[in-house]
Amino acid sequence: MRAVSPGEPRRVAYLYLLPGLAVFAAFVLVPLLHTGWIALFEWDGVSAGEWVGLDNFTALFTEPELRTAFWHALVLLVFYSVLPVAIGLLLAATMARTRVRGLTAFRTVLFLPQVIALVVVAVMWRMIYAPEGGLINEALRTIGLGALAQNWLGDFNLALPAVGLIATWVMYGLAMVLFTAGVQKIPPSLYDAARVDGAGPVREFLAVTLPGLRGEIALALTLTTIAALRNFDLVYITTGGGPGDATTVPAFEVYDRAFQSGQVGGAAAVGVCLAAVIFALSFAINRFADRGLR
Amino acid sequence: MSSVRRPVLAALVLIAVLAAGCGASPGGSDEDTGKQAEEARESSKKIDVAKAGDVTLTVWDQEVRGGQRKQIERLNQGFQERYPNVTIKRVAKSFEDLNTTLKLAVSGDKAPDVVQANQGRPVMGQLVKGGLLRPLDAYADAYGWADRYSKVLLDLNRFSDDAAEFGSGGLYGLSQMGEIVGVFYNRAQVPEPPETFGEFESQLEQAKADGDVPIAFGNLDRFAGIHEFETVQAQFAEPDAVRDFVFAREGATFASPENEQAATTIQDWAQQGYFTPDFNGTGYDPAWQQFTRGKGRFLIAGTWLVADLADAMGDEVGFMLMPSREAGAPPVSLGGESLPFSITSKSRNPDVAAAYIDFLTTADAGQVLAETGNLPAMETDAEPVGALAGEVQEAWLTLNEQEGMIPYLDYATPTFYDEITAEIQRLLAGRTEPGEFTQSVQDGYAKFTEKG
Repeated sequence: MRAVSPGEPRRVAYLYLLPGLAVFAAFVLVPLLHTGWIALFEWDGVSAGEWVGLDNFTALFTEPELRTAFWHALVLLVFYSVLPVAIGLLLAATMARTRVRGLTAFRTVLFLPQVIALVVVAVMWRMIYAPEGGLINEALRTIGLGALAQNWLGDFNLALPAVGLIATWVMYGLAMVLFTAGVQKIPPSLYDAARVDGAGPVREFLAVTLPGLRGEIALALTLTTIAALRNFDLVYITTGGGPGDATTVPAFEVYDRAFQSGQVGGAAAVGVCLAAVIFALSFAINRFADRGLR
Repeated sequence: MSSVRRPVLAALVLIAVLAAGCGASPGGSDEDTGKQAEEARESSKKIDVAKAGDVTLTVWDQEVRGGQRKQIERLNQGFQERYPNVTIKRVAKSFEDLNTTLKLAVSGDKAPDVVQANQGRPVMGQLVKGGLLRPLDAYADAYGWADRYSKVLLDLNRFSDDAAEFGSGGLYGLSQMGEIVGVFYNRAQVPEPPETFGEFESQLEQAKADGDVPIAFGNLDRFAGIHEFETVQAQFAEPDAVRDFVFAREGATFASPENEQAATTIQDWAQQGYFTPDFNGTGYDPAWQQFTRGKGRFLIAGTWLVADLADAMGDEVGFMLMPSREAGAPPVSLGGESLPFSITSKSRNPDVAAAYIDFLTTADAGQVLAETGNLPAMETDAEPVGALAGEVQEAWLTLNEQEGMIPYLDYATPTFYDEITAEIQRLLAGRTEPGEFTQSVQDGYAKFTEKG
């Protein structure tokens, strides 16, 4: 045995990782691999499964319902990630420039949607969207804009954006809190310098705030993207994937196939694919953020 | 650096091998369910439960709402009082919870003894196919269960032992309550209930002209669309054609001219504005609640709403079967029975479980059902409580006598619920033509039947 000088990496260090790895393996890796294994079968969850190789995975590309579901997930990314991050940035930039009285109270209120269980949020918004007696339509009718009242969750073109807006409402508070915290970390001298150089609010935002928030933006994008792709509860409670298949998403298909219609193998394939997409997107977002830091 | 990475890699490979190894083919062995079912029949016998020693029966049911909960609690108590040596361990779940957890529970080592397994291929069919339910034929003979129910009701709980055939073969469960999807109407707004389908349609037209909502309907929850469509379908298609379709018998098809006519009719209703405006975006509960407040002259819904409607409207609400197109022709209506009680293959006390199911379905149990505001499915001379319940019971007896009951379409294949509900939403929104509707429903169905 060669003596290792202090501070040098030693193999024994891996021993310290073992407990963590064991837990991770037992609850994440093994189930993940097992899911991948089940995805190779046509299995109803009860009787013996039949080996079908990669058929369940090719179905992801050939079955229109599944393609639609993944397409909807991408559309929802706009509502889950892009919009909340944009709104969050706007709010953070405003708060950075002006001294708002009662800022903490505002921040708390804006963050509240994050704290409420999604199931409750969904049930509440279902009532808000109700064509008859729902908050939005009734408000429109009260102010004489009854013509704008919509069949929010029942219209084939509106249902997906309507579900998406709920997510925006839930997520922007998170983005805002991350960004306002981030802004406070940016040295005030940078803002002073920008002002001395004659930068207006827009220039200041682009030159100082935005670069300073790169890490927070990456974090917000990662969190909201993951939430967007595994979105299940909102769809399950508000529309059940309807009307037609206008709001179906991959996570809903996983549930439906595994627990309702006895296609456990197909559900596993969707799940594996979903996990891969989430992994790839999070990886890309973080690579992008890291590169910016250098 | 590369040398220290090796243990990690090795660990990962080990995990992969372990995971694959313990996987094998999911679902375990491919046992001969037919042989297993025969053995179960031979070993089944009617016993004196009092002499069975101390027994605990675990029962999974979904009788959790109002009158349903009351009846099962009373009957469970009654059974335990009669047989103090038996303890009933009741696990109550909501309908959705029960359906989603049942397969895992029944295939596990600590399977419950008695479960409510929903009719049709999605739940009961798959459990029978997996050999997880016990055929009850020997018990049915011993206890005389066939005398308690009409044939059409027993058939709904029948599967061949390999689950290839539905609607015939072995008996795999018994239901307590009947249910019909019929037409509720607001007596104040409908002084003379229509006697033919044509009259019904002209009353819809009149209601629309008067500025009322003709039919209260909310289809955001999707299942209601099946009830509306099938109620219309029943007036066009032959009852046997619908049954053959649901039971997937030779030559059955959805793409029939009769179904297309029904689709045309109901799409026309939607386009004429005979339904609640924005029905695809209106929830099921808000829709019937609007009906109780006078927003809707008719409501096409199931008898499970009887208690709620009677509470809200008193004598203002009436019930009838959708009238036939020809005056005096026997009525045909969507109907069925509550989730059947079945015995699991893994139950250690099947004979006691059978006695329990027997107890839940006697004429005396029917009395308890009627007293708690339920519609007994079995033969009983119990008197219904309240005017509305009386009308429902009368309709039930008529349907059973004239064999006019057609089963729920979503029993047909494991994926049919999703397919038909989505297609009905499209049809009613005017996004598909009636012919496309019947064809695409048929296409989904054919994927199942062709696989055999």
